[in-house]
Amino acid sequence: MQTMKASPVEEQASVMEAIGITKLYPGTVALQNVDFSVYPGKVNVLIGENGAGKSTLMKILAGIERPTEGKVLLGGHEVHFQNTREASAHGVGIIHQELNLFPEMTVADNMFAGKEMVKLGVIDRRAQAKRASEVLDRLQPGIDPNETMLNLRVGQQQIVEIAKTMLSQNLRVLIMDEPTSSLSNTEVEVLFNLIEDLKAHGIAIIYISHRLEEIIRIGDNVTILRDGQRVADAQVKDINIKWIIENMVGHANLTIEKMPYDGEHLPLMQVKNYCLPRLGGGWTVDHVNFTLHAGEVLGIYGLMGAGRTELVESLMGLHEEATGEMVLGCEQITKPTITGQIARGMVLVPEDRQRDGLVQTMSIASNLLLTSIPRFTRTGVVRNDLCKVAVDGAVKDMQIKVSDVKHLISSLSGGNQQKVVIGKCVMANARVFMMDEPSRGIDVGAKTDIFILMRRFAAQGNGVIFVGSELKEIVSVCDRVLVMSNGKLTADLSGDEITEAALVKASAANLNTGKAANTEGSIEQ
Amino acid sequence: MNSIKMQNAQRSKPSLGMLLLKGRTFIALLILLIYFSFRAPNFTQWGSVVLMVKHASIYGLLALGMTMVIITGGIDLSVGAVVGFTGMIAGGLMLQGFRLPWVAGTIYPNVPMILLMVFALAVFVGFCSGQLIARLRVPAFIATLGAMYICRGAAMLRSGGATFPNLFGDAAKGNLGFDLIGSGSIPGIDVPYSIIIFIVMALVSAFIMKKTPLGNQIYAVGGNERAAALSGIKTQNVKVFVYMFSAFLAAVSGIIMTSQLRAAHPANGESWEMNAIASVVLGGTSMSGGVGSIGGTIIGILVITVLNDGMIMMGVSSFWQMVIKGVVIIVAVVIDLVQKDLQKKAALTARMK
Repeated sequence: MQTMKASPVEEQASVMEAIGITKLYPGTVALQNVDFSVYPGKVNVLIGENGAGKSTLMKILAGIERPTEGKVLLGGHEVHFQNTREASAHGVGIIHQELNLFPEMTVADNMFAGKEMVKLGVIDRRAQAKRASEVLDRLQPGIDPNETMLNLRVGQQQIVEIAKTMLSQNLRVLIMDEPTSSLSNTEVEVLFNLIEDLKAHGIAIIYISHRLEEIIRIGDNVTILRDGQRVADAQVKDINIKWIIENMVGHANLTIEKMPYDGEHLPLMQVKNYCLPRLGGGWTVDHVNFTLHAGEVLGIYGLMGAGRTELVESLMGLHEEATGEMVLGCEQITKPTITGQIARGMVLVPEDRQRDGLVQTMSIASNLLLTSIPRFTRTGVVRNDLCKVAVDGAVKDMQIKVSDVKHLISSLSGGNQQKVVIGKCVMANARVFMMDEPSRGIDVGAKTDIFILMRRFAAQGNGVIFVGSELKEIVSVCDRVLVMSNGKLTADLSGDEITEAALVKASAANLNTGKAANTEGSIEQ
Repeated sequence: MNSIKMQNAQRSKPSLGMLLLKGRTFIALLILLIYFSFRAPNFTQWGSVVLMVKHASIYGLLALGMTMVIITGGIDLSVGAVVGFTGMIAGGLMLQGFRLPWVAGTIYPNVPMILLMVFALAVFVGFCSGQLIARLRVPAFIATLGAMYICRGAAMLRSGGATFPNLFGDAAKGNLGFDLIGSGSIPGIDVPYSIIIFIVMALVSAFIMKKTPLGNQIYAVGGNERAAALSGIKTQNVKVFVYMFSAFLAAVSGIIMTSQLRAAHPANGESWEMNAIASVVLGGTSMSGGVGSIGGTIIGILVITVLNDGMIMMGVSSFWQMVIKGVVIIVAVVIDLVQKDLQKKAALTARMK
């Protein structure tokens, strides 16, 4: 499907192989017929944009999830891991992006949780501590196995997480899901030395990261996923960052007609000094200022964890600890509540459709009516005829493909479910639409439909905020783009300034690794 | 395209097996009715039928409120205790009135006043449980367990554990007619008031669930509280309401019970909450919330009552009755889970095509 300018991966015996993996979740196809080979003694990099299916593939390899179709071979034999313990018994370990630790327990207890060393039916804490410090000293001397977990710095906790997988004597495959995202520079160096060490021992590393320079530096083979499909693979020595970005975002151009808006671009919402403190110090949203105008689609781009979701959630009133001022319409708001914000015409299409957007036990019609049903009553009684007119109108307006609105919402495809969530907001007479990753996990046709809807809302004089992580989408849909990095706004681009390179550059600014400055240089290569 | 295809697949599916699975509680009710009418003497006589429906009404009031509570994803263990507590308060007001220490006198409220005071008190109990659950996020099980002990204890304290007997009312006190609530019936057609009250309450509950925005919001809160909140539903208010309504219905049940017995005993209603929960679950309401209906609960109530009274009429030992009831409840829930698994599987395979 892609023209590959790099040579394919060498013909070497793989230690682990995924063949024709398909994974379905209710409403989404996470992976579609994906092949992936893992070579021993190499760093096998897996990249793709948020939602491309990397984490799902990892979970299948590590035994956390089971594929809907396809098989996994380990050392040439088909394996069916039922859980991570089985996988680790076969020598497959995983280090998660989020730490899975028990903060109140000691380092050694954490490392041996679930596989305690037992003597006469009692946990042998001394032997555990000894074995733990052997492994820890190899990684980073100075972590006491008897220390309570919560007293360690995040970077050290990450090291413990890695040490956990190295307890296994027969480690063959180690999966690392964004291991550097919470490490400091020195800790990253420690980790890279460790990876070299593991490679020398013939252990296969599967490495997931968004930091492209890292991949070029330590990767051996690269596989790129996009929308749940494998689009390219190559050896790192043959490629550069430009090639990776091209393949990640794809060439297919997304052209969305920007419908004209004739009215005045009056400010709809002004946000001043918005902050959301982070647990353990620092800010998730760091003194953010911006204005949203009528008739514009305002993009907010950033990497995962940049604070985009938290920003829109705070504006909606989901985080009580958020501070700052907001002017919505002509009303000054300091402590927003969800109900209040909806009454003022602000809606949020949440990032996680299943968790925050839909009531799975209800019908399509009931989901559409969730917010607006009080409007379709006479003397407190719901009027079915009014509801029906409104629901049918929304279905037609949003182009939701349904055979019967009385069916359960879960009978719809992901794209149509998303349209229901948006339809719900439209029926609430919204003026400010905040859409958090509205295109995630849905098919291309539905994506285009949703972007056209966004443009239409803007053309009707509303304001649309589009939180996205797919460059191509942001570039083709938005009038103006704010870039967030580590809680701060690092760029405000409009018109021709909105280019993929500029977005990538700004999204890496303000990161503590400080390597961001090189990014643009690499793209120019 | 894809979705349309799969819905067609779903629609053409309802096989006989699935239909039988879905209507299982109703079918169970029919089987029980047929079985007992052959095996239990007097089962089909008008008197027995009225008696059974009367029993069903008293238990059923609790189950109606419980249905709403369980649909929001909660549970109300306090309803049985509220039955006892409200009965004792009503009985106390009938016999001892309302003492006013500063004028050294006693006021005897009339029956409507008594009802009003008792209902207000019960609603307040529900309000407190609801606040604990909705605002302080105390687990519903714990909050209502606490409320259960408090109400039961208060019922005992009211009389020191004794019964308030002979609640016929007194013309001198101006509170005649209390006993009519439970034992009176519509003249001419022999239908007791208690059954009428139950039918009215069932209609009110079904109306709330089906015809008001509140009903929709109750389903939404139980189905996905986060999504409900983000849709602008005041989830806390919805939760507080269901506990208030549940306590109110428990008070109605308590009054009917007290009036029928013409005596208030503090242990009245003990373990009735379990009967109510069993009826709700038999009626197809999901304990995890979001799914269920008043209609299903009514069938559930009838199954439990017919099973209970039928076994009594057949002379089955009360120990065996308990065992059989337990088995029936577990089997019902297991079938429910099996059916849901089958449906989910059918939906996913349909999507694969």
